[in-house]
Amino acid sequence: MNTTGDPLLRIIDLRVVFAAHTALGGVSFDLWPGETVGLVGESGSGKSTLARAVLRLVRAQAGAVLWRGRDLLACDAATLRSLRRDLQIVFQDPLASLNPRMTVGESIAEPLRIHAGVLSERHLRGRVAQMLERVGLGAAMMGRYPHEFSGGQCQRIGIARAMILEPKLLICDEPVSSLDVSIQGQIVNLLLDLQRDSGTAMLFISHNLAIVRHLSHRILVMYAGKLVEVAPRDALFAAPIHPYTRALLSAVPSASKPQVRAGAPLRADAGAMPQAFDVGCAFRDRCAYAVALCGSTVPPLEEVAVGHWAACHRSREFTA
Amino acid sequence: MATPTLNVEDLSVDFTHRGTRISAVRQVSLQVAPGECVAIVGESGSGKTQVFMAAMGLLAGNASVDGRVCFEGADLLGTEPAQLNRVRGSKLTMIFQDPMTSLTPHLKIGQQLAEVLVCHRQATWGEAMSAARRMLERVRVPEAARRLNQYPHELSGGLRQRAMIGMSLMCDPALVIADEPTTALDVTVQAQIIDLLRAMRAELSMALVLISHDLGVVAGLADRILVMYAGRIVENAGAAQLLRQPRHPYTAELLKCIPSVTGPRWERLPNLPGQPPQAGDSPAGCAFAPRCPRAADRCRSERPLLQASADTDGPARGVACHFPVLT
Amino acid sequence: MSSLLEDAARRLRSNPAALGALIVFVCLVALTFIGPWFNANAGDTLDWSHVAAHPALQSAHWFGTDRLGRDLYARTLEGARVSLAVGLVASAVSLLVGIGYGAIAGYLGGRTDHAMMRIIEILSGLPLIFFVIFLTVIFGRSEYLLFLSIGAVGWLTMARIVRGQTLSIRRREYIEAAVASGASTGRIIVKHVIPNVIGPVVVYATLTVPQIIMFESFLSFLGLGIQEPHASLGTLIAEGAGEMEAAPWILLVPGGFLALLLLSLNIFGDGLRDALDATEP
Repeated sequence: MNTTGDPLLRIIDLRVVFAAHTALGGVSFDLWPGETVGLVGESGSGKSTLARAVLRLVRAQAGAVLWRGRDLLACDAATLRSLRRDLQIVFQDPLASLNPRMTVGESIAEPLRIHAGVLSERHLRGRVAQMLERVGLGAAMMGRYPHEFSGGQCQRIGIARAMILEPKLLICDEPVSSLDVSIQGQIVNLLLDLQRDSGTAMLFISHNLAIVRHLSHRILVMYAGKLVEVAPRDALFAAPIHPYTRALLSAVPSASKPQVRAGAPLRADAGAMPQAFDVGCAFRDRCAYAVALCGSTVPPLEEVAVGHWAACHRSREFTA
Repeated sequence: MATPTLNVEDLSVDFTHRGTRISAVRQVSLQVAPGECVAIVGESGSGKTQVFMAAMGLLAGNASVDGRVCFEGADLLGTEPAQLNRVRGSKLTMIFQDPMTSLTPHLKIGQQLAEVLVCHRQATWGEAMSAARRMLERVRVPEAARRLNQYPHELSGGLRQRAMIGMSLMCDPALVIADEPTTALDVTVQAQIIDLLRAMRAELSMALVLISHDLGVVAGLADRILVMYAGRIVENAGAAQLLRQPRHPYTAELLKCIPSVTGPRWERLPNLPGQPPQAGDSPAGCAFAPRCPRAADRCRSERPLLQASADTDGPARGVACHFPVLT
Repeated sequence: MSSLLEDAARRLRSNPAALGALIVFVCLVALTFIGPWFNANAGDTLDWSHVAAHPALQSAHWFGTDRLGRDLYARTLEGARVSLAVGLVASAVSLLVGIGYGAIAGYLGGRTDHAMMRIIEILSGLPLIFFVIFLTVIFGRSEYLLFLSIGAVGWLTMARIVRGQTLSIRRREYIEAAVASGASTGRIIVKHVIPNVIGPVVVYATLTVPQIIMFESFLSFLGLGIQEPHASLGTLIAEGAGEMEAAPWILLVPGGFLALLLLSLNIFGDGLRDALDATEP
């Protein structure tokens, strides 16, 4: 993974507000070609909104999304459509992301029809068949409808559709959260295989740190619409800094140590989505380490160690 | 042993779809002792939910049931809906997977909780609402009084699930069936809900059936774990034993699939290859053979029966395998 | 392996009422085309020897004749042909316009949707009969006017229905997926929105046909539509109404035919809706 040269994706102070609720309160980060970045957070943290805002599926109120130097938020509709061939997404609900009235072959062929110019039907079928084989489903499935497949199989179809044009970036929005634990590994391994073959960068969004651990180079942790920690994978798991990250780590269920909770537990959530307060740290109500300063000043995201950023007033204390 | 709270004997559930009969549950027998927590683990399509839908009388119209299900000694399968309604919701309650769809969207939370008491205990609405508020406090919903007047969509997923749990506990039930109660929730909220269920058990000592596809989730709560595959029970054992020393290859593989934050990092995630069998399939031998790393010819032709597995200590255990894992 | 249409067809096949209604309707339609072959009388031949004759199977005039001696069998079938033609054509037009209009309004949303819906509301608010009378006064009676006025009515509700359906699927993930793939708005509407809203639309269409036939009959009854010597079921009923006491069959034959046509279409439409809507096996 090459961190020299220009980043593939540079997000600058992205903000999204829905009615009165700030979903994204100014997020900035870079993503390099070929790297896998894990984005972790709970429901309401804004991670799905971030994915959608980057792809302009949701309107951002402020900020820039530089894709290979061009601001996606500023370009016109036609340019955006043509750029989309390199920016693909896999959704959380595999069945819902497939048009129930189209055969899976047609769904997979659609990106080809849109972007690959005029292709003969035979050529199209050939490529769809190839892709179906590649994702482990077999070319014979082309004429079937989504409702005939299981959740895991539908997700494979979604991945086939997203990868058929070999995009430069694949955003995966909780792609395995709705699947059985036994199938999750299959899908993750498939993503890793495809990524390796085509050199695609991946933004893997999940609420489960354990899965993210096994496939990311770097990890971003979000809370209430902001980034609270950014670190290389090993550093995050060996020495997490932000109290929220530590609480997340302790919450992952484990069969081998059911009673052990590493790190400070999270206090019960206060109810509705975590609110992004303009005053002070949004996490203070649930933080075991909150002090007076946390209530008055928003902690900035600062580099605490090499490549390791945290947004906490007490981060220096937590660095071992 | 005292009368088990729930006694399922040789239960089979078939569905008729377009003229063909599909077996979802095949001759399942299990017991839940008073105050015990039993976890039923299996993938989608294993039939784990249908066993308890049959117990609750919630099966779809095209289902046919065989066998017996007794709750506190009384047969459930033969009873009329009117009689069943006296038991359901009060002594025998269920928590569903998705609290967004299992709570009525246009009724306030308080009303839905209070309704349980009004119907089953003939309470007045006033008394029932007070009880509802107390219950919300018990399940640790902050600002309970305010929440009473809110609608389901105004609460987060975790709070909705707490409200559902509260609803199931209103009449001090003998048995609560929790069908994948944490699957739709975030990992952090999952942990909180499991903690809540543990606390409620300690306070009320009701029996609990926990249905899940994730062994990691049930590990902290279950006394006993039953593993189901393709409509049959393939292993049952005390929780600690099963997690430490699984006997059935399927259980062993399932345990390996749980990704961890400690321990060595994997380059590739372990998983069970292939798909769980479709509900309709009736293979000749062991249903797990196609995906089993230990399968031999005998497995493909002869279906293994659930047999008591010789064990030195602890509660009885059973495994349905010709070549169980013995370490 | 099955598509959703095959599923629906299977459910329809197992619905005896709907099937029966469909068969009746098809037979009636077939009759209007091949019926004249069975009976040589033409609808506009005046048979002075059999004026206002009773229906009699032995005579040449099976359904009797009207005041001018015209064979009622032939006239009814001709009238049915016209009514059906108007009904089906006008329905088809309202379907096409309504689907397109509704899908575009529903998908685009925002100000475009508002503007488009205001237009529909204004058009719905117009008192249509007065409008038709007004146009008839200016342009004279013509069949084209008939089609126009019926067309002006038919597509409004269809557009509303399609818009409502479109709004309900607009936020679905497969639509998002299509946008994310770079599909143009036109492609999304045609390939993703319309095929998924077609269910209720088809059902409503089968219920629109009888409505339109009724409306045409009504206009013709008032003298605003089809003119002599052509006939539609509406004009025949108008005639028959005047002869009710003396020669009731002049009313009953076309009236019965119309009733049977509408009834069978309505029952079939119900069956179709059940077949397309059902979610359980």
